Amino acid sequence: MIDWIAIFSNAAQELISPTTAAYALAALGLAIHFGYTGLLNFGQAGFMALGAYGYAISILSFGFPVWAAVLVGIGASVVFALILGIPTLRLRADYLAIVTIAAAEILRLVFTTNTFDALTGSASGLQGYKQGFADLNPIPSGTYGFGPFTYNAYDWWIRIVGWTLVVVLALITWLIMRSPWGRVIKGIREDEDAVRALGKNVYSYKMQSLILGGVYGTLAGMIFVLPRAVVPANYQTSLTFFIYAILLLGGAATILGPVIGSMIFWVLLSFFSGFVARAVEAGWLPFMSQVQAGQLRFILVGVAIMLIVIFRPQGIFGNKKELAFVK
Amino acid sequence: MEPTQSVAKRIPRGWLVSLGILLSALTLSGVAASPAMAEEVSTAVASQETEEPAEEEFEYFFTGNVTFEDEPLEGVRITVEGGGFEAETETDAEGKWTIGVPEKDAYEVTLDEDTLPEGVVVAEGEATIESEFGLTSRKAVNFFLGEGQRVTTDIGAQVLIRVINGLNFGLLLALAAIGLSLIFGTTGLSNFAHAELITFGALMLLTFGVDLAVPIWLAILIALILSAALGWSLDATIWKPLRRRGVGLIPLMIVSIGLSLAIRYVYQFLYGGSTRQLPGATIPSDIHLGPVTMSWIDVASMVTSVIVLGAVAYFLLRTRIGKATRAVSDNASLAAASGIDVDRVIRIVWVMGAGLAGLSGILWAYFRPGVSWDMGFQILLLVFAAVTLGGLGTAFGALVGAIIVGMFIEISTLWLPSDMKYVGALVVLILVLLFRPQGILGRRERIG
Repeated sequence: MIDWIAIFSNAAQELISPTTAAYALAALGLAIHFGYTGLLNFGQAGFMALGAYGYAISILSFGFPVWAAVLVGIGASVVFALILGIPTLRLRADYLAIVTIAAAEILRLVFTTNTFDALTGSASGLQGYKQGFADLNPIPSGTYGFGPFTYNAYDWWIRIVGWTLVVVLALITWLIMRSPWGRVIKGIREDEDAVRALGKNVYSYKMQSLILGGVYGTLAGMIFVLPRAVVPANYQTSLTFFIYAILLLGGAATILGPVIGSMIFWVLLSFFSGFVARAVEAGWLPFMSQVQAGQLRFILVGVAIMLIVIFRPQGIFGNKKELAFVK
Repeated sequence: MEPTQSVAKRIPRGWLVSLGILLSALTLSGVAASPAMAEEVSTAVASQETEEPAEEEFEYFFTGNVTFEDEPLEGVRITVEGGGFEAETETDAEGKWTIGVPEKDAYEVTLDEDTLPEGVVVAEGEATIESEFGLTSRKAVNFFLGEGQRVTTDIGAQVLIRVINGLNFGLLLALAAIGLSLIFGTTGLSNFAHAELITFGALMLLTFGVDLAVPIWLAILIALILSAALGWSLDATIWKPLRRRGVGLIPLMIVSIGLSLAIRYVYQFLYGGSTRQLPGATIPSDIHLGPVTMSWIDVASMVTSVIVLGAVAYFLLRTRIGKATRAVSDNASLAAASGIDVDRVIRIVWVMGAGLAGLSGILWAYFRPGVSWDMGFQILLLVFAAVTLGGLGTAFGALVGAIIVGMFIEISTLWLPSDMKYVGALVVLILVLLFRPQGILGRRERIG
């Protein structure tokens, strides 16, 4: 018999899980790139990897305190954004797409290779960098919460920091998109030449947007690795595609879209995988094995991306008039 | 494909001996133990009787026994690496070795082939073995030695070998790249699902050639026809309706990404995550041209690529429909105005592009070697790099770009470690965009 309570409680846990917060942050960064500026960044996984490795390597290899490790990650992603942006921001949108996807793969391969094993831990990755963050935890140790949301002090600490970051950055994004800077950015998305005719330096604005969204991605990468280990295989291009799915689901040019989109995405995905896995266990789907049940979610995400883009390109929260897609 | 500076010619013989027997407490006390029995030796006994005091700092040990034709080999270097830990040792007069490691984890155990005597090589499997502890604190690692020659080649010959390999790889990339480039040229779509068209050809050959045991030539034919049919049906069911709806190019590109993700995991769903071999993929390399050794598969692969690429060139330059294709690629509205059936041209391009991608997938499966669900995705970025390098939308640019990318990757393995070889090609892609964004054969036009 199927254990519905376990399925629902697992799905409910995803609502406030740190992974959901990390994806929301990364999607928010992508909203700045893609939704507001019209930049096709397919390298968000690379920015996240820089955050994760920047943080972990600074702590493990150089013994930096938490704040310095965070700054190292942010610094790395600013440099990365500059390297990506300088050759491609003057070119057509699809060039940026190809370059960002290639650059993110380069980063992943460099983190995976045995050559830098001492620093990156190659394919097995890094762990043991959590103590500094745990020491900052003001919550006395113990177990708190109710129902499915019962965690220990460290788990609550990750969730509080993660979601505070989401709320603060969402507010900042909302404010800057209402500012003159935000209007120029949206103008670039709608008609680059018109903005250029008004005397704005489009190239520089695009670069600022790329850096800002990239820093969001970097912070997301740090939140992402706090409850787990740093493993290079997590930063494949499909991570970027998942974040795109979240962004498109919520609405590309919205603030709430990426955040709520991430919650919906993870709750539904957890519910779906939980249900299929248990249905297979109960023998309801005799043609499927447990492993195959795990792969179904990727098929589902792929199909969902296609359907959303075709039938509801503005997403759940988007405004049809503010279509995020450049011509 | 390996980055080693020497090429090992392996002559496996029937009498390959399984070497390296677990060095355990039991063998020390004179009882010959089979590895299966030795696994059960309790940790207590083992730790009491460790003979070398240096090992006492560690709790877990890799051990082995290196012999060749029942003669122990002394002074063979063994290294253990993993989890940030590294250690090495040499076999003693009895050919035995033991290395202690700090954690019960997976490690890579490497036998340094340069320290083996003349005429002996690791004959079966790799000189590096990934090994993990079972229930006990000792783990036997066996290397299978055999008679063989290790021919060390000079740098000129190595470059020649890489160039030939690179040419082979570049030609198969070109098959995929031309299809991608033609589709981009005629429809403006950056088709990320092209990777799955590549995988499809290899998977179909696997299905018909191995699972259904159809003769290989027929299986290849069926695989190519099915690939072309897949191209036709993708155009008919997805891309043509979307073009009719007037969906923009960037939404189309994202649809292709979603499609790629969905199809790729359908492959994994149906075929599983393992790598399987096509018929004839393991035939020995017995053609010698100077320092270069190739198998018949390599030769056939290159000849096929060249013939097919020649046919595509003839099609594009000499036939009516090929000229129409180039016209649509140049300016679709103008082509439509002069009476060309644009939809028909696009359909033909899809069929041709998918067929070429399927062929490329089959050749890639022999080159790697092996068929797996994500094999196309592994080279997708290289195909994109080739297309961008040659100039987006130009068929011959894609050919030139692909050969440059293939050669560059193979030659760069002389300096780069093999797990980094794609990095060089992707860096070149970014550099080309910096200095010559229109590509090598692309027209200089405003693309910003």
